[in-house]
Amino acid sequence: MFEYAPAPESRSVVEIASSYGLFIDGSFEQAVDGNVFKTVNPASEEVLAEVAAAGQEDVDRAVAAARRAFASWSAMPGSERAKYLFRIARIIQERSRELAVLESLDNGKPIKESRDVDLPLVAAHFFYYAGWADKLAYAGFGPDPRPLGVAGQVIPWNFPLLMLAWKIAPALATGNTVVLKPAETTPLSALFFADVCRQAELPPGVVNIVTGAGDTGAYLVQHPDVNKVAFTGSTEVGREIARAVAGTGKRLTLELGGKAANIVFDDAPIDQAVEGIVNGIFFNQGHVCCAGSRLLVQESIAEELLTSLKRRMATLRVGDPLDKNTDVGAINSAAQLARITELSEIGATEGAERWSPACQLPDRGFWFAPTIFTGVTQAHRIAREEIFGPVLSVLTFRTPAEAIEKANNTPYGLSAGIWTEKGSRILSVADKLRAGVVWANTFNKFDPTSPFGGYKESGYGREGGRHGLEAYLA
Amino acid sequence: MTVTAATGLSDLRSFLHGLPGVDKVGVEARAAALATRSVKTTSKASAIDLAIRMVDLTTLEGADTPGKVRALCAKGIRPDPADPSCPPVAAICVYPAMAPVAAAALAGSGVHLASVATAFPSGQAPLEVRLADTREAVAAGADEIDMVISRGAFLAGDYRRVFEEIVAVKEAAGAAHLKVILETGELATYDNVRRASWLAMLAGADFIKTSTGKVAVNATLPVTLVMLEAVRDFRDRHGRQVGVKPAGGIKTTKDAIKYLVMINETVGDDWLHPDWFRFGASSLLNDLLMQRTKLTTGHYAGPDYFTLD
Amino acid sequence: MPKTAKAAEPTRLSVRKTYKLYIGGAFPRSESGRTYVVNGDNVALASRKDARDAVLAARAAQPKWAGATAYNRGQVLYRVAEMVEGRRAEFTTLGVPAAEVDATIDRLVWYAGWSDKIAQVAGGANPVAGPFFNISAPEPTGVVAIVAPPSLLGLVSVVAPAVVTGNTVVVLAADPQVAVTLAEVLATSDVPGGVVNILTGRYAETAPWLASHADVNGLDLTGVEHAELAAELERAAAGTLKRVLRPGLGGTDFTADPGLRPMTAFLETKTVWHPKGH
Repeated sequence: MFEYAPAPESRSVVEIASSYGLFIDGSFEQAVDGNVFKTVNPASEEVLAEVAAAGQEDVDRAVAAARRAFASWSAMPGSERAKYLFRIARIIQERSRELAVLESLDNGKPIKESRDVDLPLVAAHFFYYAGWADKLAYAGFGPDPRPLGVAGQVIPWNFPLLMLAWKIAPALATGNTVVLKPAETTPLSALFFADVCRQAELPPGVVNIVTGAGDTGAYLVQHPDVNKVAFTGSTEVGREIARAVAGTGKRLTLELGGKAANIVFDDAPIDQAVEGIVNGIFFNQGHVCCAGSRLLVQESIAEELLTSLKRRMATLRVGDPLDKNTDVGAINSAAQLARITELSEIGATEGAERWSPACQLPDRGFWFAPTIFTGVTQAHRIAREEIFGPVLSVLTFRTPAEAIEKANNTPYGLSAGIWTEKGSRILSVADKLRAGVVWANTFNKFDPTSPFGGYKESGYGREGGRHGLEAYLA
Repeated sequence: MTVTAATGLSDLRSFLHGLPGVDKVGVEARAAALATRSVKTTSKASAIDLAIRMVDLTTLEGADTPGKVRALCAKGIRPDPADPSCPPVAAICVYPAMAPVAAAALAGSGVHLASVATAFPSGQAPLEVRLADTREAVAAGADEIDMVISRGAFLAGDYRRVFEEIVAVKEAAGAAHLKVILETGELATYDNVRRASWLAMLAGADFIKTSTGKVAVNATLPVTLVMLEAVRDFRDRHGRQVGVKPAGGIKTTKDAIKYLVMINETVGDDWLHPDWFRFGASSLLNDLLMQRTKLTTGHYAGPDYFTLD
Repeated sequence: MPKTAKAAEPTRLSVRKTYKLYIGGAFPRSESGRTYVVNGDNVALASRKDARDAVLAARAAQPKWAGATAYNRGQVLYRVAEMVEGRRAEFTTLGVPAAEVDATIDRLVWYAGWSDKIAQVAGGANPVAGPFFNISAPEPTGVVAIVAPPSLLGLVSVVAPAVVTGNTVVVLAADPQVAVTLAEVLATSDVPGGVVNILTGRYAETAPWLASHADVNGLDLTGVEHAELAAELERAAAGTLKRVLRPGLGGTDFTADPGLRPMTAFLETKTVWHPKGH
């Protein structure tokens, strides 16, 4: 047996302070009422730092700073704004090892993902939108597109820095200023990003970071001087925000939950399909809104495919996120672990068959073994509700029409996957899927040039690509 | 075990074309992902020794002489004269004309003698010549035969001819192990690699081997991955285990370890043995020895301290 | 001890730069062995054979450069901007005004940003009437020969748009010292050898060879001052139907927004059809 010795990435490449303030108007400040919260390493439950919890007054100050900065930032020639963003992109590239380790510590994701996926995409996103800053007239939104003003942005914990990049890069490129609230369980990389902004000599107030829980986010999106709200997170909270924003004239984009169907036809490239299924649901512990959480497999190959899938799952390495050979890291929080556990138990109770490979989970921290449910029907809760964890529900179908019907039979519509060697089938099935992103013979691919966002209750608006500019332009 | 029993010979084409396709982007991404595994300290030490034991130490040059072959055999038996704990290689691989010299040099060592045959590397000779080539190599003492398939026939869709030739060579090779070289660089697509792998296995190959080392593209990780998947699926279906030998272009310890990781995570333990996996290589051995010395001494080694052969 | 006259304070003799051609990432002298004098320096005087070698180098580099991701090409161009910023003194010493160096750097950054956007602006899905997927995307035309205008800004404004989309170029430079200094910037950036090839000398001598060269796909005549020569080059280019960029009379204002034309002039549009049906 070929066992890999531990190959831990060095933790010492990143220095984490014991406490962090809010980043407002170019400097770090305590919350007015002095409230703080702790952020922990989900792989060990060790406290990483204490972080200021922004209250109403702090949010007011941050929005005011962004408003002040807006006048000169929006008036600046696009070519100059571009150069700030290029600087930020370069600094992120230069500090990517540090940021990757930080992200894995605070989030629990494997270092190979933060190193090889998150950080390269973050830098690329800033590069891409940097280039748009002086080309807005060419973007197809009219000859003289104007920024909206102050953007209030609330991001989730699954890709902390990447979601920050998706929010901040287009906002800044188009001449808006921002107040961003990172998730309560993963505030650190956003605060490090504040330091990147300082290194880039970004004018104070252009980017403000307010940390806190849901109430901080609520203050921000409801703030009367915010012109644009961008939210990524659960459909439940997205609905509340849409209600709160209704009637205010604020522009709103929402990127919410999903329950993507990953459809495997009988002529699929099987070995690559298995990889795509694994990547679709176990990438980032399944904490992915576009995760391929429903496998729809053609009945004629279901048994063969499941055998291959299980064999492949047995090679997944679950454990220390900082080990370079870890494939599946820690669940981000105790609360999320409880939700995954609960829904999985419901799945078993409702009669689906549960399977996980033998794998030893660490004693401390939040862990959940990669799991599949077979014999799932459309009626099962695990086929309908977003689990947001490493849990795959397997359903079967007989014909393309049935696959399409099942795939669309959900209130969500963020993404979908199609596996077949037949090009015309890919294109016709893709046409009929009510989903914002359709991957064919691949899954979970992201690129700054490619728009991302959902149909139906997966939200509205697109992030990324030329389309991503629209949300920030009048 | 013949294809006649499995599928009926007339169905060979439909069988091969019915194998699941290989998506190029997907297989290359998977191979690249496996190549990022970090193998350190104790696992690296055992991986290096295993890799040495898997080397088919090869010389296939027009300029080969008895002296050169004897030296290579000595090196294969005792790769690091300064360290008796260093294992021998799996086999020495030479042209048939050099097989008698190698057989004498290897006698009693436990190191196998592989000989390329069948008008290596092009295979462009009449079948009778190729069979005679094989018989002579075996008679000279080779217990492993590395044959080449007729790529021209394969690419022309004449699968039956390729199949029958392998069957014939297998018969000519007798008790010797038969490694079938697909020359994947000339087959060009992964779909062809998968089909040729199955074709060779159905015809009785004991090993499937990527390359002669004589064309522009030799062994690669994704090609080897497709072949590993083929031997895995073949055993599932037919119950017979077939070995895999990437050859050509594998020069560093780092490369070799990537292959071992790939075996580990696609076909598993059963193939992590010199009986089932080989590296066709020459310069690889010295890099393995240098890395081995680095691990035991703690400082980097230099080529001046290893034998050249 | 012999008494010596008090030696004059030794003055240090400067080491002069040899201005050579830039072909395939290397700096050869002209194969013809010829030079000419510019501001007191000897500069290589390119021959038709140098032009031929430059086309070979450009052709060899083209598939890989076009095959690089747009993101990668953008990064490479941005790196060039960084390197010009670091060497601005070399350009100002040659007499390039500081403001022009600034504008040059910003122009490089502008084009760096276009690498992964031009396809989104110049391409797109076509709603054909029928069950077909149909999409158009721009592709580089290949090897482009450029007669460059005499300023640094002008030079970069013709080279950057051609290469950012994946073409490789052979440039006939007007200001040889500025052009060779730019070549040195390119050689120390991440631009692969052969993507940009720069020839110094008299373009009237070499341009006709490039205009009629069957392995050149595009011709940029921005730097040609004489209408008659330009027309002659255009006629020569017609032999293999090269794409020709011929700015209108009155020259080009390089300080203005260049628009898309410098890029689209050397882009082909490829449209792909595929049926849809399961």
